[in-house]
Amino acid sequence: MKRFILVLFLVGILLVSGVFTALAAEAPVTITWWHIQTAEGEKVLWQGLADEYMAAHPNVIIEVLSLENENFKTKLTTVMLSGEPPDIFQSWGGGVMNEYAKAGLLLDITANLDRDGWRDTFSPGALGVYSFEGKNYGAPRDMGMVGFWYNKDLFAQAGIDNPPTTWTELLEDVQILKDAGITPIAVGEGDKWPGAFWWEYLATRIGGQAAFDAAYSRKGSFTDAPFIEAGEKLQELVALEPFQSGFLGATWGDEATLMGNGEAAMDLMGQWAPGAFADNSVDKLGLGEKAGWFPFPVVEGGAGGSADALGGGNGFIIGINAPQEAVDFLKYISSVDSQIAQAEINLSVPVVKGAEGGLTDPLLKIVQQGAAAAQYFQLYYDQAMPPAVGSVVNDNVQGLFAGTLTPKQAAQAIEDSASQEIK
Amino acid sequence: MKKNSFNQDVQTLAQKTGSAQRLQDRMTIVLFLLPALVFFSIFLVYPVFRSVYYSLFSWKGFGPAVDFIGLNNFKRILTDWIFLKAVGHGMLIVVLSLSIQLPLSLALALMVGRNLRGRAFFRTIFFMPYVLSEVITGIMWLILFNPDPKRGFINAILTLIPGLKAQPWLGDISTVLLAIFVVLTWKFFGFHMLLYIAGLQNIPLEIEEAALIDGVSKRQMITYIKIPLLGSTIRTSVYLSVLGSLQVFALVWIMTKGGPVNASELMSTYMYRFSFVRFELGYGSAVAIMMLLISLVFSLAYLRLVRPADYLS
Repeated sequence: MKRFILVLFLVGILLVSGVFTALAAEAPVTITWWHIQTAEGEKVLWQGLADEYMAAHPNVIIEVLSLENENFKTKLTTVMLSGEPPDIFQSWGGGVMNEYAKAGLLLDITANLDRDGWRDTFSPGALGVYSFEGKNYGAPRDMGMVGFWYNKDLFAQAGIDNPPTTWTELLEDVQILKDAGITPIAVGEGDKWPGAFWWEYLATRIGGQAAFDAAYSRKGSFTDAPFIEAGEKLQELVALEPFQSGFLGATWGDEATLMGNGEAAMDLMGQWAPGAFADNSVDKLGLGEKAGWFPFPVVEGGAGGSADALGGGNGFIIGINAPQEAVDFLKYISSVDSQIAQAEINLSVPVVKGAEGGLTDPLLKIVQQGAAAAQYFQLYYDQAMPPAVGSVVNDNVQGLFAGTLTPKQAAQAIEDSASQEIK
Repeated sequence: MKKNSFNQDVQTLAQKTGSAQRLQDRMTIVLFLLPALVFFSIFLVYPVFRSVYYSLFSWKGFGPAVDFIGLNNFKRILTDWIFLKAVGHGMLIVVLSLSIQLPLSLALALMVGRNLRGRAFFRTIFFMPYVLSEVITGIMWLILFNPDPKRGFINAILTLIPGLKAQPWLGDISTVLLAIFVVLTWKFFGFHMLLYIAGLQNIPLEIEEAALIDGVSKRQMITYIKIPLLGSTIRTSVYLSVLGSLQVFALVWIMTKGGPVNASELMSTYMYRFSFVRFELGYGSAVAIMMLLISLVFSLAYLRLVRPADYLS
């Protein structure tokens, strides 16, 4: 009996000490990370950063998920509606992010940013996009603007020496390209947002900041003259039939493929374009030396400034259930070195001070300077405004491209949605 | 001792013919049905009631629904011309399915029916499209329909024929619904063919032999004997086809998202867009309820009108 009690006592001590040792070692923390880079080089960069962090912090496991843009939006919707956001994920900021913040699905990292001067490493404009009502929910990694990416060889082939600077010149160039047998413009209007850039830029050039601010603040309306004229100008362009065959059903991927393979002359697109052109091209090289960039032309008689920019960026925001290690990892991928690495592969136009030097592509340098110098910087409408309104903008602009809606009808539909959603 | 209790058990069992036995029988039935019933209630009945609840609100999907607007969602649905267009497209697909897909399936079933050499092979390949998931089918046909002859197989073949140009099948408002119908037919004709094959095999051989003795021609055999005796199978096939056509979603969403400009809009894509792209889940729930009502009305009307009248069921 005595021996039995002794054995029991010894086993007990072993068990207790074992449990305490296990508890003392750090429990493994898992972080889920969703990004939208599908190009090989870009995926490798993100995975590399995750691997480096995991090596330095053995108790952290980072589960990386790479999704294509549209699939990401679909998958994110499901998890957001079920109230279980991933820990770190892609965001474009603006109205969509605001909805998540209002619903309490994002982690407030304002305090983290204030600590150790992390906040000051970012350019303030870019950081502001990922904040709502004074609280920060994430960090930017990229901020650029939409402009025309064009194939210099095809322009030269058609005999165009200089890119257009006015809307009239643009329409003339489109006709010259058509006559030379070259597809003037690639647009993936099936996805709707590439076409929306056209209408939004026209509204920006014609109405300027005043027009959008008035409509958005509900003091004015989306049926004000600038928005209707934007539709009319767009239909002038559509009437010339400048797009590739099947453009109404084409995706952004199809658009990038055409440009990357040198089959279309121009593309109105954001700063991620060169990377996508290369990734979607047959030889994986894209336009390379043949690429040129010019800003959206001035519309004669428009009230907007010629340096006004439509654009946006990319960043990562933190889900409400994320552990503190996720915020720490976000800090890691926002470091100057990380930004320089991203700039070198044309993944991001840096937003962290000191990383601009990493940009090797001279065109992206122009984009970055353009975005920084813009007096009026407008976030894409479908991110700036609540999702319902953004969706209506995209749907109705598609109607303008298809010729099934008049500019007045499109503007009215947008106004109806805005009056319902923006209060 | 044991032998006695056995005799006693037999006697008690023989006596239990009254209400006690019936109660026990009923309990057994309920017990066997319970798992399925529970599953059905949680995943089918309960969500429908929740949808009805949410359809009375203006709700973004996050947090609880607080903005009660009564039947406003339904009023909006009935006055939205895009929804009415979607219903129209649904009806069109139903009519096309009944007039093209089902006769095609029937014809193939008759051909592959009994005496064709290699019929097992044909049956297999005709049935294969049905086995593919809708998503895979959608992606596959998206690539096949690509407007660029260098990338799209259909246009590549089309351009080989002199005089024909490559068409933007899914990008053209006038051809998109047709293209989708082709894919739907391709996917589901195998299933209906299988139904008809099974139905044909249920026709007793004696009847066919008797008809042959009476000197009936092949065409007469089909028109006067086989098709009438397939009555219940055709009824089932039509029912499944109509409901399937009204509710098809994944295929259409993947290929066109209901576009371009609502040219291939169906009730299901309309519902999905409002719920998960525009985050107007209250309205989306109302659309779902409308779809349920339309399907329910059709089901009840159909089952009422088409009463069993064939001779072998």
